[in-house]
Amino acid sequence: MRFGVVIFPGSNCEQDVVHAAGHLGYEAGYIWHGDTDLSGYDAIVLPGGFSYGDYIRCGAVARFSPVMSEVVRFAEAGGPVIGICNGFQILTEAHLLPGALLRNRGLKFICKTADLRVEESACQWLDLAPGTVLRIPINHNEGNYICDEETLARMEANGQIVLRYCEADGSRAEGGSAPNGALDDIAGICNERGNVFGLMPHPERVVDPLSGGTDGAHIFEGIVRRIAEVG
Amino acid sequence: MPTPETLPADLAPKLAVELGLKLDEYEKVVAILGRVPSVTELYMYSLMWSEHCSYKHSRKALKMFPTAGDHVLQGPGENAGVISVGDGWAVAFKMESHNHPSAIEPYQGAATGVGGIIRDIFTMGARPIASLDSLRFGTLDEPRQRYLFEGAVAGIGGYGNCLGVPTVGGEVYFDKAYEGNCLINAMAIGLMREENLTRAVAAGVGNLVLLIGSTTGRDGIGGASTLASQEFDEKAEDKRPSVQVGDPFEEKLLIEACLELLDAKLLVALGDLGAAGLTSSASEMASRGGVGLDIDVTKVPQREEAMKPFEIMVSESQERMLAIVTPEDLAAAQAVCAKWGLRSTVIGEVTGTGRFVVREGDVVVADMPAATLAHDAPVYDPAMERPAYLDEVQSFDPLALPHPTGRDALSATLLEVLASPNICSRKWIWEQYDHQVMLNTVVLPGSDAAVLRIGDTGRGEMTGVGIAVSTDCNGRYCYLDPYVGAQIAFAEAARNVACSGARPAAITDCLNFGNPEKPEVFWTFHESVRGLADACTAFGVPVISGNVSFYNESFGQPIYPTPTVGLVGIVNDLDDRCTMEFKNDGDAVVLLGRTKAELGGSEYLAVMHGMVAGKPPALDLVDERRLHELLANAILTGIIRSAHDCSGGGIAVALAESCVAGGRGATVTTGSDLADAVALFSETQSRVVVTVAPDHYDALKRLAATHGIPCENIGRVGGDRLRIGDAVDVSLADLRDAYEPTLERLVHGG
Repeated sequence: MRFGVVIFPGSNCEQDVVHAAGHLGYEAGYIWHGDTDLSGYDAIVLPGGFSYGDYIRCGAVARFSPVMSEVVRFAEAGGPVIGICNGFQILTEAHLLPGALLRNRGLKFICKTADLRVEESACQWLDLAPGTVLRIPINHNEGNYICDEETLARMEANGQIVLRYCEADGSRAEGGSAPNGALDDIAGICNERGNVFGLMPHPERVVDPLSGGTDGAHIFEGIVRRIAEVG
Repeated sequence: MPTPETLPADLAPKLAVELGLKLDEYEKVVAILGRVPSVTELYMYSLMWSEHCSYKHSRKALKMFPTAGDHVLQGPGENAGVISVGDGWAVAFKMESHNHPSAIEPYQGAATGVGGIIRDIFTMGARPIASLDSLRFGTLDEPRQRYLFEGAVAGIGGYGNCLGVPTVGGEVYFDKAYEGNCLINAMAIGLMREENLTRAVAAGVGNLVLLIGSTTGRDGIGGASTLASQEFDEKAEDKRPSVQVGDPFEEKLLIEACLELLDAKLLVALGDLGAAGLTSSASEMASRGGVGLDIDVTKVPQREEAMKPFEIMVSESQERMLAIVTPEDLAAAQAVCAKWGLRSTVIGEVTGTGRFVVREGDVVVADMPAATLAHDAPVYDPAMERPAYLDEVQSFDPLALPHPTGRDALSATLLEVLASPNICSRKWIWEQYDHQVMLNTVVLPGSDAAVLRIGDTGRGEMTGVGIAVSTDCNGRYCYLDPYVGAQIAFAEAARNVACSGARPAAITDCLNFGNPEKPEVFWTFHESVRGLADACTAFGVPVISGNVSFYNESFGQPIYPTPTVGLVGIVNDLDDRCTMEFKNDGDAVVLLGRTKAELGGSEYLAVMHGMVAGKPPALDLVDERRLHELLANAILTGIIRSAHDCSGGGIAVALAESCVAGGRGATVTTGSDLADAVALFSETQSRVVVTVAPDHYDALKRLAATHGIPCENIGRVGGDRLRIGDAVDVSLADLRDAYEPTLERLVHGG
């Protein structure tokens, strides 16, 4: 089992993801955005950061990096693709996931720990009981998820909503629990097939208790377990 | 002799004065060159000999600082200081001001302040791992101050977040004294293996000068001389074109490319282009190496047309680095730059002449001994005079004022002090900063000091060692007594670090003052430096880097003397780190140190009486050091559950903050016989509130006795109210409401 973590110019969480995987005892390596060889990797992670400075629109340039056509192929073949923060933004720009991420409501960058409720979903990589509350930091300027009503209804019906912002007890506040104003408190979604998963929170920041928690480990462990099961 | 730019002998001195040189300085340039300087030469000398680049007014005073220590790998004089933190790891750090650009354009001013100090760090071969920012503004009831504050915070976040360098701490004060001249002091810290320490020293005749990164434009021309080395007046807005514009994405690529180049040993030397641009970077590298440089400005990639040689030489366009490479390594070095999408261009070569020659194609436009730019600036001994205001403010006795009495009035007073913009929670600021990236922020912002693990996720090497970092300076104290105030800046930074379980290792400083040519201002500068130097010497802590920022005045009114201290301490074992929040109901609350009647310069005096007066609290460096020894030893025994120092707002605020942070109340006394208001809000130094399990109190008391530190059990943690004797009784919810939302409310004009 080996995670491949893509480095775009301006990525800045790639080392954290590799370290987090290593901390949990998994192998991980870097994939330069100009490379197109994904062989040897069992799961692809698009890490957080500011790919291409996030100029034009977050992720808008990165989706044209040479590696992305291979990532699309990998996803189409059913391989696990995880986009964290900027990686999530890139996945929406690449149309591997629906919707878009707008500037936070309040127009401020937000770095803080968020409460997240695990929803009943098609996501193949998160084997936690629906209703479980995870505490994972968010760190972004553009996490305000949006999509049209039809898409939202379809995602809901397909079980594509994986994580929602919530209160500490798992409830959702009237008027929304999303600190960034995200539609329907959406923090993480997957594609219909459940193998492409994008989330704004940074699980790699909370795998080591020294840096404040271990809830992020579930995401890494979920992938590894599932791949082991499938073989 | 540079012919095409030759100036008529009568025009040259006029241009020199316009560029900020004094007439006798101009004469010195003529004497060095043995002729009338060219336009390009005049620009280069005027910038390199500006206060900002040459420290001509401060250089002598700075010699008072102790700079040596066993663990010092690089002291002042390089882009940043470097200390060893054990096991082959070294930490580089420095603090620098970007006050004047920020006062004109807060977002870009603050952003490029962060960018500049971070370049100083990776220039040394270190990966930037954290930054902190010490900020001063006028009061937030003024719309312009809100604009400056909000813009500066956004700029710091916008730049640092994009780089992926966590912003882990800092401080902010609001006071009318900074209304016309805000302060933006940015500190950056980097981590490296000792063997990767790189210096900006050019060497090897025939080696090539490689310019890496952004193109060169007309932005920031004369920033060091027209912005940083002059006071503000009504024309300040016209200086907006002198403010640089930052591109953090380009800088992120520069960090990765430069660290890769240094790891691969492809560079002879590396320097960044900061104030005075190519002129300062190149001349400093040449003069440190005792070599000459020959540069052709037509080779410099330009983003604007028809740039003159002097514009190219002094442009402060951001995100540029200057490297020296051997001809053999050039191709490999350029390949690394290309991989990161960075421009790299050979613009000249190292010569054995010791002269800095600038050409425009075949034509020489400047030719001077390189060392004269970097090191021969005049050194002044400015006149000093004790300011007349001191007697007046110091003779004021705050104890003679009417003070609130009774539980209701004192409880209300505590809430008011807690809600002061200078005391209240800084969460609104640090939630806009990525403070966690790199996974090493072990103690998040909001405690006494930030604690970082020494580890490099990129190399996959993590250690159990940490550093604790704090920036501090109470400008009010420095205004009331610059000698004592500067010592307290040091003591508070060291105490914050001690409360986190670290021992102080070294400091950087950023000395912000008014116009040094005014004897009263210079006296405050000299006293502050003397105070800081004495404090450092008493603690055996060296100053390894720093920055002086003069001319912080507007309309002739100087800011408070503000010698900001950035202190790095070492936590030998991260398991021994300590934080400020109350952790267990039933724990004993213990006051280390003794409260005296010291309300001079206090937050209470400012908030409740609208005054900045009196003598600042006294500081006994021997007591202070003993207290830190006690803390270090007590934390090592594992009995200390929380530690928080008493500073602004006194013991009342310290207790309230530990309650709010821990989500627990406490029932305590002040441990003092003084009148309630005085006991609660006195800002006596060398005091720390700690908690221990009740069984451990006796052990702590014995340990305190061996260190000669007063130690008194003043109560218990628990409940949902803070009760302090008969004086204060406030619910946790009320404390939180006073403490937490204030800053955001004020920013929105509430």
